[in-house]
Amino acid sequence: MANATLAADDREPWTSRLRDAGFWAEWAALVGLVVLVVVFQVLNPTFLSTGNIASMLLAAAILIVLAVGQTFVIATAGIDLSIASTMTLGAVVLGQAYSAPWGLPLSCLLAVVAAALAGMVNGVIIAWGRIADFIVTLGMLSAASGLALILADGKPVTIIDPALLALSTGGLGIFGWSFVIAVVVALVAHAVLFHTRFGTHLLATGGAPESARAMGISTQRVKIAVYTISGTLAGLAAILLVARIGAAEPASNTSFLLNSVAAVVLGGVSLFGGRGTIIGPVIGALLLVALVNGLTLLGVSQFYQPLAVGVVVVLAALLTRFQR
Amino acid sequence: MTARPNPGTPAGEPLLDCRGVSLAFGSVRALVDVSLSAREGEITAIVGDNGAGKSTLVRCVSGIHRPDSGHIEFDGAETSFHSPEDAREAGIETVHQNLALVEDLTVWQNLFLNREVVRRLGPLAVLDRRAMRARAKEMVSKLAVNVPAVRSRVRRLSGGQRQAVAICRAAGFSSRLVIMDEPTAALGVQETARVEELIRALRDEGHAVMLISHNFAQVIRLSQQVWVMRAGRCVGGRRTAGTTGEEIVALVTGALNR
Repeated sequence: MANATLAADDREPWTSRLRDAGFWAEWAALVGLVVLVVVFQVLNPTFLSTGNIASMLLAAAILIVLAVGQTFVIATAGIDLSIASTMTLGAVVLGQAYSAPWGLPLSCLLAVVAAALAGMVNGVIIAWGRIADFIVTLGMLSAASGLALILADGKPVTIIDPALLALSTGGLGIFGWSFVIAVVVALVAHAVLFHTRFGTHLLATGGAPESARAMGISTQRVKIAVYTISGTLAGLAAILLVARIGAAEPASNTSFLLNSVAAVVLGGVSLFGGRGTIIGPVIGALLLVALVNGLTLLGVSQFYQPLAVGVVVVLAALLTRFQR
Repeated sequence: MTARPNPGTPAGEPLLDCRGVSLAFGSVRALVDVSLSAREGEITAIVGDNGAGKSTLVRCVSGIHRPDSGHIEFDGAETSFHSPEDAREAGIETVHQNLALVEDLTVWQNLFLNREVVRRLGPLAVLDRRAMRARAKEMVSKLAVNVPAVRSRVRRLSGGQRQAVAICRAAGFSSRLVIMDEPTAALGVQETARVEELIRALRDEGHAVMLISHNFAQVIRLSQQVWVMRAGRCVGGRRTAGTTGEEIVALVTGALNR
């Protein structure tokens, strides 16, 4: 141990990190969230009331689940444009199965399986067909929403179920069950990404596919796995969506697609793959929900909300240029 | 001195023995009846012009290509590798020209890439990060000189440090033959010296090292045995101690045959 460099093994002190633009770029979402909360609280004191916090967390649940799925895909340098319409497909499957009537547990299972299959089809075509991610998932965006329309015959199905109602109304204090589920999903995703071999192989696949293959990692299997995970989480989000609106609609849900990508970008995950966190996109999702909620509380017209979201996301993307 | 009883010829069987290896890609004969060998505790250099077949031969040994004909014996047994993984299992490691590192992962993650150490937690396999970091520290410190911190990302390392990480990875995990494709091609003078130091350390540990190089001075400095390839054939072999840079250049260019 004669080497001085070995002693410097530990991470650099946090004070020097604070002066680094890269540090701020990586934590942009958290900084943005804090700034937004302070601004909105000053402008409208009901912003941080228990009721409003609870409703924001509930509203964030679906987006968090989708953003986690999107993170897995983007960390492999891909993108899943079909995530929201896969969720729609899952919701419609749930609605049809429930009104069949096959009972809630089986209906939920079918919803998740259908969405997972859609994701797996994406993955298989991308990995084996060697076609660009965004083309394949763009096709699935259309195919899945078309399938949803066909299955539902274009009509929504109202679902009144005590268990689903509890999911969207009950909870632990201010944490609704939907939000609790989203947090559990995020924790499991974090463990998978940073504490399993699969997680390491995923980051290697995204960061340097050639190197990963040279070390014997099957990048094709990783690709199929991440799209299947993304689809599965879209199916889970479908259950939360149906619980939230009390109906299964073949609606397009485009804003969920844009917001899931936005949350991931805000969370400092590189669009070029290979690096990312789970906590980042979760905070990104909270930020987007807080932004829309705060603007609504301030009485800003709904028409301004997409504009605000767009500006915030592009600013975040600019910040990522400073990442180390 | 009589005809050529190669000076310093060691006793014993070579670790790697290629005999009559041929490989064609369509009508291109990349390797024609190539025979050469490498021994443990020695640096065996392969030299030749671009397109002479050096890399193709190495790819056959490391399991990427399968020869059309001929034998590759490793440790006395005939090999038939179907993938680089098979070759790694057998103890043949390759340091690729592009190093095959993942820049966004840390040094220890790269050292253990696809060989991660896991703990069993019931049905789950969880990465044993602590064990891997500790072992990684040992691996890099053993090979000394300008050791990178195992927790830093590879992105932040210099070219020489990256090469050192790739070499450490090849040297670890009980490998017996380490193949290096142009390990110093992209390095400056100082870093080249450090990497050469590392290659010598590998040899002194008892590894067989196979070195592909365009740098004849380096070959003379480091190797014990030189094989010369030209147009897909192995046109000659010399003990380094009994040859000169001029003779090797003559073999490479074809001014001298055998």
